[in-house]
Amino acid sequence: MEGEVMMKLSKYVLYDILRSKIIIAYTLFLFIVSISMFQMEENSSKAMLSLLNIVLIVLPLVSLVFTTIHYYNSYEFIELMSSQPMSRTRILLSEFGGVSISLLSAFLVGVGIPVLIFSADATGFALLFTGMCLTLVFASIAFLTSVIARDKARGIGFALLLWFYFALIYDGLVLLILFSFSDYPLEKLTLLLSALNPIDLGRIFIMLKMDVSALMGYTGALYKDFFGSGTGILFTTGIMLLWMLLPLWLAVRKFKKKDL
Amino acid sequence: MRHFIIILLLSISLPLFSRTIIVGNNQPVRSLKIAIAIAKNFDTILLHAGTYKEGAITLTKSLTIIGQNNPVLDGEKKYEILLISGKNITIKGIQFRNSGYSAMDDYASIKLVDASHVTIENNEIFNSYFAIHISNTSFVTVRNNRITGSPKSEQLTGNAIHLWKSNYAVIENNHVQGHRDGIYFEFVTFSSIRNNLSEKNIRYGLHFMFSNDDTYFNNTFRNNGAGVAVMYSKKVKMENNHFEQNWGPSAYGILLKDISDSYILHNTFFKNTVGIHLEGTSRIIIERNIFTGNGWALKVQASCENNDFHHNNFTGNSFDIGTNGSISLNTFYKNYWDKYEGYDINKDGIGDIPYHPVSMYSMIVEQNPYSLMLFRSFTVQLLDKAEKAIPSLTPENLS
Amino acid sequence: MIRIEHINKRFRKLQVLDNVSASFTKGQVVSLIGPNGSGKTTLIKSILGMVKPDSGKIYVDEQLVNSDHTYREKIGYMPQIGRYPDNMKIGQLFKMLQNIRNTPVEKLDKTLIEKFELEKIFEKPMRTLSGGTRQKVSAALAFLFNPAILILDEPTAGLDPLSSEILKEKILVEKKKNKLILITSHILADLDELTTHIMYMQEGKMQFFKDMEALQEETGELRLGKAIARIMKGEQFNNEWIDKMLEIKNDEKIY
Repeated sequence: MEGEVMMKLSKYVLYDILRSKIIIAYTLFLFIVSISMFQMEENSSKAMLSLLNIVLIVLPLVSLVFTTIHYYNSYEFIELMSSQPMSRTRILLSEFGGVSISLLSAFLVGVGIPVLIFSADATGFALLFTGMCLTLVFASIAFLTSVIARDKARGIGFALLLWFYFALIYDGLVLLILFSFSDYPLEKLTLLLSALNPIDLGRIFIMLKMDVSALMGYTGALYKDFFGSGTGILFTTGIMLLWMLLPLWLAVRKFKKKDL
Repeated sequence: MRHFIIILLLSISLPLFSRTIIVGNNQPVRSLKIAIAIAKNFDTILLHAGTYKEGAITLTKSLTIIGQNNPVLDGEKKYEILLISGKNITIKGIQFRNSGYSAMDDYASIKLVDASHVTIENNEIFNSYFAIHISNTSFVTVRNNRITGSPKSEQLTGNAIHLWKSNYAVIENNHVQGHRDGIYFEFVTFSSIRNNLSEKNIRYGLHFMFSNDDTYFNNTFRNNGAGVAVMYSKKVKMENNHFEQNWGPSAYGILLKDISDSYILHNTFFKNTVGIHLEGTSRIIIERNIFTGNGWALKVQASCENNDFHHNNFTGNSFDIGTNGSISLNTFYKNYWDKYEGYDINKDGIGDIPYHPVSMYSMIVEQNPYSLMLFRSFTVQLLDKAEKAIPSLTPENLS
Repeated sequence: MIRIEHINKRFRKLQVLDNVSASFTKGQVVSLIGPNGSGKTTLIKSILGMVKPDSGKIYVDEQLVNSDHTYREKIGYMPQIGRYPDNMKIGQLFKMLQNIRNTPVEKLDKTLIEKFELEKIFEKPMRTLSGGTRQKVSAALAFLFNPAILILDEPTAGLDPLSSEILKEKILVEKKKNKLILITSHILADLDELTTHIMYMQEGKMQFFKDMEALQEETGELRLGKAIARIMKGEQFNNEWIDKMLEIKNDEKIY
């Protein structure tokens, strides 16, 4: 019954977002960029490299900002829904469902179709998998920050800050750590550090396909052994899942106690 | 008609000069050892199908031993199966299996010591410690053999085709796998290695040391523990070989160490951790090779000088060149780099600004291998872009 | 039907609800009045479960608010500002809520949809609607499921006089059906003919809760606004706000 109710709401949220100009523009942007990459570059591996940047940089940013804006724009609607016989959990999850399905569709149409046409290999699928995971992870994080932040401006500011942190600052810090402690064996640490940033985790997952030769050198062999193994795939998927579910769970918890 | 009579006469009289001894379960002679004992030089022994467990066999006469319908010589994991020490010997069409293992001696399925003019062809060798072990031998041909080891540790497995202190050897059309080194050359000169496939060996597909004036071409070295090592040699010509999927922390398409005056032409390096690793090499010409999908196409240590790299194609490598210092003592020209981002206004197909194949990040990785974890991250790309705008860290301009 | 027991709510430094207790029953039309920031909306939102009180309990038909969401099936709510997903069509909004509420079609009360002539614009997306039309949609939604309790937050603000009249008539009809109707409003004049009880709040406290007759008896005034003004002047409440309220009453001449 509850699940049914959720679907009912999700369906309309989805319907609403899929008609929004922003999501259509986003889909078109991804599609045009992807197609032109494949057309412009002489080999598809170079195009995949450019797409890697889209997936690792643009996707989290759009996911964060779009979700945050959507949350605040839907605030009154969420209020109205909460006056209906529906639990708060279902309302938030329905909103999450609607937002994430629409972002996922934009990604799958915009990037998925070109990749399937031009580069349907292991690297391509790793890219799509990572893109989907990152979309969900950052939508989930955005829900958490939106529920916590008091107003739209703060919410978007917070989202941008987080993006800046995960996409840029974090790796800078890691580089700093690696150089500061270069005299110590850092294999385990690098594994841990990569798990603490979903963008890094996704990047390494794609690299395992794209740069398998280089990864076999040095410490990379450890990555290959670890991430390439069954345990590693479970680990990657598990951590990604955790990155999706944990912020969402915290958001729901906070949202249930929140005054609307 | 006269010709016919001469041929007839010859064919009747031949056995008088060289006999054929047939060895088989239903034959008068049932043992290869006995056949060798009764045979005279230039006789032929036909070994019929069957499994022969005769311990260690020694052959010093000039005989041709031909297996028919795949006879098996089994060493029962105890014996060195066939020891050859003589000249004008051919061993053909026999399956050798289960040679003995010894920590003291290099037991082999076929061992040649102080021999010359020996041909070993169309044999199959399984489960040996060493498969073919050749020392102090001239004019040996090892052809069309199929050698499969059961890989254990590096210590428990010998080499598939092992040559020591020999010359004028031809190693061709063999398929070797699952040994320590696929083909091993030490103090071997004026020899050639061609059309072989060497794969899945624990250490090197080809291990080449102190061997001058040799050629190897048309070989494929694939998926070996450490790729191919060519060390302490000069005047080596390497041509038309394929080096594929040699993966590992110290695996190389080719590891060149203290090599000089050699040629590397028309080879393909595909998906190796390092395409060519050069250390202490000089006066080598690396020309018209294809480097695709390698971790590092080239690793040029600062100890290399006067090497020429030209007309090579570099595509889809994670890094084009890595170095621990500088590569400025070597010459690069007319190579194709797919990472080139410059322009070609005059459309002559040559970029108008020189390419920097050593990225800043590849220098960082060289210093701190763990930072490989950050490869392709936004931060690293920004670093590289910044370095391109203000070049200061990475070495010289190359084109 | 609704029982409020000692609820308190504090937003940072501001005590928005200060030990408020009240009880509303069937057939009452309660006007909840008070200046801005007096806690009216917070009280309504507490009943709807949108605001969680720091302490105290609220029961709707003996069902504790916040324990479960099913009690909200009995409530129709019209918010002060109705904002809906931009690209959702009006028809879809109604359909979605019907789906969520699971009310059979024959039990739906479509009077307001018909009277506001909303069916004509069922295919229009919400973003194209004026504030007034959105208010009409909100009102129609509140009454659609024929709930036993109606909570209307500033229902006539933003509505044109004609629609305002339609809504008032509808409230009267529902009043006769022995429903509980809770209305917040600034414009007292609007509520005159409907109200049975007045609840007056200021600074988070409930100042009084009286029925109209008693109020009129006490003050001798027939008009609601004046009645309140009198009572509040007598008790020396915030005079400024009373004056403002009376001013609005004078504007009534426009209608």
